[in-house]
Amino acid sequence: MSRYIAKRLLAAAIMALLASAVIFLIANLVPGDPVLAQLGDIAASDPATVARWRAKWGLDLPLWERYGLFLGGLAQGDLGISIATRRPVLDDIIQYAPATLELATVAFLLSLLVGIPLGIAAAVWRDGWVDSLARAISLLGVSAPTFWLAFIMLAIFYGGLQWAPGPGRLDPIAFPPEGPTGLFLFDSLWLRDWETFHDAAAHLVLPSIVLAAATIGLITRTTRAAMLDSLQQDYVRVSRAKGMREWAVVLQHALPNALVPVVTLGGLAYANLLAGAVMTETVFAWPGLGRYTFRSAAALDFPAIVGITLVVSITYLLVNLMVDLSYAILDPRVRR
Amino acid sequence: MSATTAAVALPPARSRLRRRLRRYGPAWAGGAIVLAWIVVALLAPWIAPYPPDAVDIPARLQPPSWNHWMGTDTLGRDVFSRLLYGARLSLFAGFSVVLLGAALGTTIGIVAAWARGWWDEALMRFTDLVLCFPPIILALAIAAALGIGPVNTILAMLVVWWPKFARLGRALALVQRSQEYVEAATVLGLKPHRILTRHILPNTLGPLAVLVTLDLGNAILTFAGLSFLGLGVIPPMPEWGSMVAEGRELVEQWWVAAFPGLAILTVVVGFNFCGDGLRDWLDPKGRNR
Amino acid sequence: MDGSFPLPGQQPVLEVKDLHTVFMTDGGPIHAVDGVSFKVGPGETLGIVGESGSGKSVTALSLMRLLEEPARIVGGSITFQGRDVLAMSRSQLADWRGDRAAMVFQDPMTGLNPVIRILRQVTEHIVSHGRMPKAAAKKRGIELLRRMGVAAPERAAASFPHEFSGGMRQRVMMAIGVANDPALLIADEPTTALDVTIQAQILDLLRGLNADFGTAIVLISHDLGVIGTVCRRVAVMYAGEVVEEAITADVLSDPRHPYSWALVNAVPRLDAPTGARLTSIEGTPPDPLNPPQGCRFEPRCPFKVARCATDHPPLMDVAPGRRARCWVTADGRSLPRPTLPAAAEAEQPRMAEAPLLEARGVEKHFALPRSSFLKPPATVHAVNGVDIALHRRESLGIVGESGCGKSTLARLLTRLHEPTGGSVFFEGQDITHASAAALRGLRPRLQMVFQDPYASLNPRMTVGDALAEPLTAHGRVGSRKAANERVRELLSTVGLKPAFASRYPHEFSGGQRQRISIARALALEPSVVVADEPVSALDVNVQAQVLNLMLDLRQRLGLSYLFIAHDLAVVRAFCDRVAVMYLGRVVEEGPADDVLSRPLHPYTVALTSAIPEPGRQRVILAGEPPSTLRLPRGCAFAARCPVARAECEAPPPLAAVAPGRKVACHFPGAFAPRTATKLEIVR
Repeated sequence: MSRYIAKRLLAAAIMALLASAVIFLIANLVPGDPVLAQLGDIAASDPATVARWRAKWGLDLPLWERYGLFLGGLAQGDLGISIATRRPVLDDIIQYAPATLELATVAFLLSLLVGIPLGIAAAVWRDGWVDSLARAISLLGVSAPTFWLAFIMLAIFYGGLQWAPGPGRLDPIAFPPEGPTGLFLFDSLWLRDWETFHDAAAHLVLPSIVLAAATIGLITRTTRAAMLDSLQQDYVRVSRAKGMREWAVVLQHALPNALVPVVTLGGLAYANLLAGAVMTETVFAWPGLGRYTFRSAAALDFPAIVGITLVVSITYLLVNLMVDLSYAILDPRVRR
Repeated sequence: MSATTAAVALPPARSRLRRRLRRYGPAWAGGAIVLAWIVVALLAPWIAPYPPDAVDIPARLQPPSWNHWMGTDTLGRDVFSRLLYGARLSLFAGFSVVLLGAALGTTIGIVAAWARGWWDEALMRFTDLVLCFPPIILALAIAAALGIGPVNTILAMLVVWWPKFARLGRALALVQRSQEYVEAATVLGLKPHRILTRHILPNTLGPLAVLVTLDLGNAILTFAGLSFLGLGVIPPMPEWGSMVAEGRELVEQWWVAAFPGLAILTVVVGFNFCGDGLRDWLDPKGRNR
Repeated sequence: MDGSFPLPGQQPVLEVKDLHTVFMTDGGPIHAVDGVSFKVGPGETLGIVGESGSGKSVTALSLMRLLEEPARIVGGSITFQGRDVLAMSRSQLADWRGDRAAMVFQDPMTGLNPVIRILRQVTEHIVSHGRMPKAAAKKRGIELLRRMGVAAPERAAASFPHEFSGGMRQRVMMAIGVANDPALLIADEPTTALDVTIQAQILDLLRGLNADFGTAIVLISHDLGVIGTVCRRVAVMYAGEVVEEAITADVLSDPRHPYSWALVNAVPRLDAPTGARLTSIEGTPPDPLNPPQGCRFEPRCPFKVARCATDHPPLMDVAPGRRARCWVTADGRSLPRPTLPAAAEAEQPRMAEAPLLEARGVEKHFALPRSSFLKPPATVHAVNGVDIALHRRESLGIVGESGCGKSTLARLLTRLHEPTGGSVFFEGQDITHASAAALRGLRPRLQMVFQDPYASLNPRMTVGDALAEPLTAHGRVGSRKAANERVRELLSTVGLKPAFASRYPHEFSGGQRQRISIARALALEPSVVVADEPVSALDVNVQAQVLNLMLDLRQRLGLSYLFIAHDLAVVRAFCDRVAVMYLGRVVEEGPADDVLSRPLHPYTVALTSAIPEPGRQRVILAGEPPSTLRLPRGCAFAARCPVARAECEAPPPLAAVAPGRKVACHFPGAFAPRTATKLEIVR
């Protein structure tokens, strides 16, 4: 088991290194001259200034040496300076990450809590009304554009019915809790600030439902398919022949096997939630990484885009690593 | 039939029509939806009541009416006409990303499976590398690097799109290569190209067609998403994602954003139905998923 | 003692009366079980035999009420120790199943839950039925595993199923079945997926359960021989009905229903005269949607009388303790012995000529995918130095258990695989490393028939296209019309209607598909046909049909066959010479008659005696073949050999011991089954 973990860790580290190379290449293949962008027309017309500037930033070095410098910077947490905010990209990311983390985690838990039971029920009562409902929900979930769903939800529940609070993480006049993590739910609990907790939770309802919609669809679908497959296996019939109660057959025998593909998808979905928050956050004015990404993309703020891509890719790798490790727990056949 | 059999009461069978409807209904509905949108995209200039970029400031933000079925936007353009025109780019982007991605990806996958050894290892590791980026973010980064515009966005999507087809192509080719009927064809002394075109391809196209169909909806969603973020099209051009973006703050004038989004939803549902129907049709046993 | 004699007046464990189970399909209801009745007394053993589709497995599932949609029980009664099983509620059923009545299924590879440890799978229903607390159940679980012959039961209990072979898993399944000491154990084809030596072990275990614990057993099988070794009584099923019920030995010696008669005589026997045809009945079972009005067997019956077509016969008493569903034997007469057309004398193999197809020291090793970048990939040693020669007009059998490398050998000889070592000659030409293009010229004369009739035909090509393809590809026919003509000819050669050319493979039964495969192999008029287990996926009667066809073709077309099989009796019926393989090597070779009636290698002795033929004196070989990943240095069989000695540390060469007979053993003939009739378990 520990050998397996070590092997996976090594593979992930190699992947991360390769990923950084890819990102570096994309950043350096940008059409348009960074010299021009940074120095302005006048300075760029003087060859000596340009040469000095290029030497200063290492642009006269061969590509692989520049990549070495880039890696060196990375090791020290240097992701460059954002053009738009004029702050270090890393600082920006650290500032915006908690909002996204909170939203994505709530959405993820929501999609597991809805998707897995719904998928199981749909498989057990196949072709019944639960199944039809599950199929409708998963179809709409994966087919509705997130940004549109966000708009519709806001229009109905905030604009129309006024059941939900407006965009943002808190009431405009409220102060964020001064907690240690930047996760408002956690921080307000930590400080026993029930009013803020309630406010933050209320603000999370719509965005997390919107963000979870596609994931609920995928998880319901996958759980249903995996359960149907699992319920047809011989070992399920064997456990019925043993006289196990039906709930035990479904939950103790069929489910553990069906969970393997669900976990794969779940891991991928969580990583995608972190990434896919871009649209939800944009519509809900959620001050997270997604909105930061959107702004950076709109402003063609390249250092920021590179930084975000790198951070998100590494998160993605880490989540995949955890998926691989949980395989080993769920399926003894993988433990080698 | 024996006397004993006749005496046994049989439970009533469910009506055949209902069963068939349940089984094939969605596939037909999906096909109809997709076909309708394709017709709309082709005939947009002839069926749209207004030019898509006809600005009419005095008539801005009008609610749906007989004159403007889906109302007008902030510049007084007819939402319905823009929506019809928008189908062109959405479908074009969806088809080109998926078809090119599938062609590129499956070729790489099949080559990897056929070559085995070093090439297989190298191609698949490269595929893994691309797959380790979150697709939307990578596409966003590349599209931003290439610059705004439909062609660049499609190119950016292609970069993140082919790997899954490479995996599928490789898996299918590996399965096919070990099929007994492929061995049988080899024993019969058939030439490789004949084995490939007569035995392997016809049996691979089915699963591939299913994934392509399901994926078309996906690609349309992603393209609309990138447009929503401002990357897909340059403004006056009608596109569903960017239309939603233009109306996203107009909660009171909901029609500006609601209808284009609904259009995306219907296309994607249509492709999903088609894909599921195709899968059932190709594999009557696997009617599970 | 054998507990097979129910005491008169004792309440039966199981009584089934007029059971009807239907499948509700789109085409209409299929009466899979159509009025089945039987009784099983305490400690009694009953076999149910029939071909696939006869309803025997559906009967078994009906007994436990384990049917799933669209199958349901629509009539009759099932009484278990006086309780009405069909009236039980869901929770009563759950209490009863796995407690008083248990079931063992066919496929041990899929019957165990891959993510749950063995111990929990063996004991969870001991606990859930309230028989024992967890700790005691654990002890019992390990004890059960030991009783079932699982090696190192403590360690096995903590393992996961994937760490076990098929035979070991079936032992675990049996432990699960008997965990709560049931009064009745239903075993549905428990040995079909296993090799013959492992099958013998499992059947022995079943017999032991019946003898030691008095567990009543219902054993479902397609193989009368298997049933004969365990069950005193047998019910023969055909098209959803019991057609005969009697003492197993009586059915074997004197079947009273023509279908039983066909079943008994279609099985090739190890002691039959050589070159004899097998008795096969033509035709296929009736369409389950429209069974014939009269006797269901009438369309295929060689003994039918006028009444059979119109009146459906009931199950009648034909002799004391015997019942049969037949008008012909209703008056108590026996059916005549089969009169076999003595096979026209086949042309003698031309042993003096140079061999047509020959392997010299051929080897094949497959590298497994690397488990790590640092370690060298593990290697499967599939074939490890085989010398074999097939002469013109000869039929050479290769036998061995799964994993012995026989299928790989077939693929090496047909150059579907390239050998790792040694060489392969065809018509005197070295084709060991011949290019694909060079091979294409030879392929027409060297053809192959595959094992799985479902997988070896391209599902998207009509039969006509599949048969015409080699003809046009090799330019054998000038026009489409000529091709069609030849296709029709080929179809009638293998006994199929020429009109079938326009159909797709899925429209045919397994036997018909295998005929199509044979027709395809014959299209190019080959001189050698390599047949890789061509009949092992088929029912016995269909097997007999296909074997007879292949024998015919051999005579008519002068073919030479290399015939791969795991069934010794089939090889005995079909081949002139036989080579026995173990772990990628030939351990014994010689005339089929000689080798199988007077085996010299201990492995051949064990193989021949493991065949579940009634009346055969049995040796049950312990253990299982070693892994092909690391070859043993000495004699590969030494680890299981009952007469192994120190000398066996050195590999024995395949040496001639008599003209035409070769054995790879240091002590040929040292191990011979004793003549005692009692069973013995070696080691």
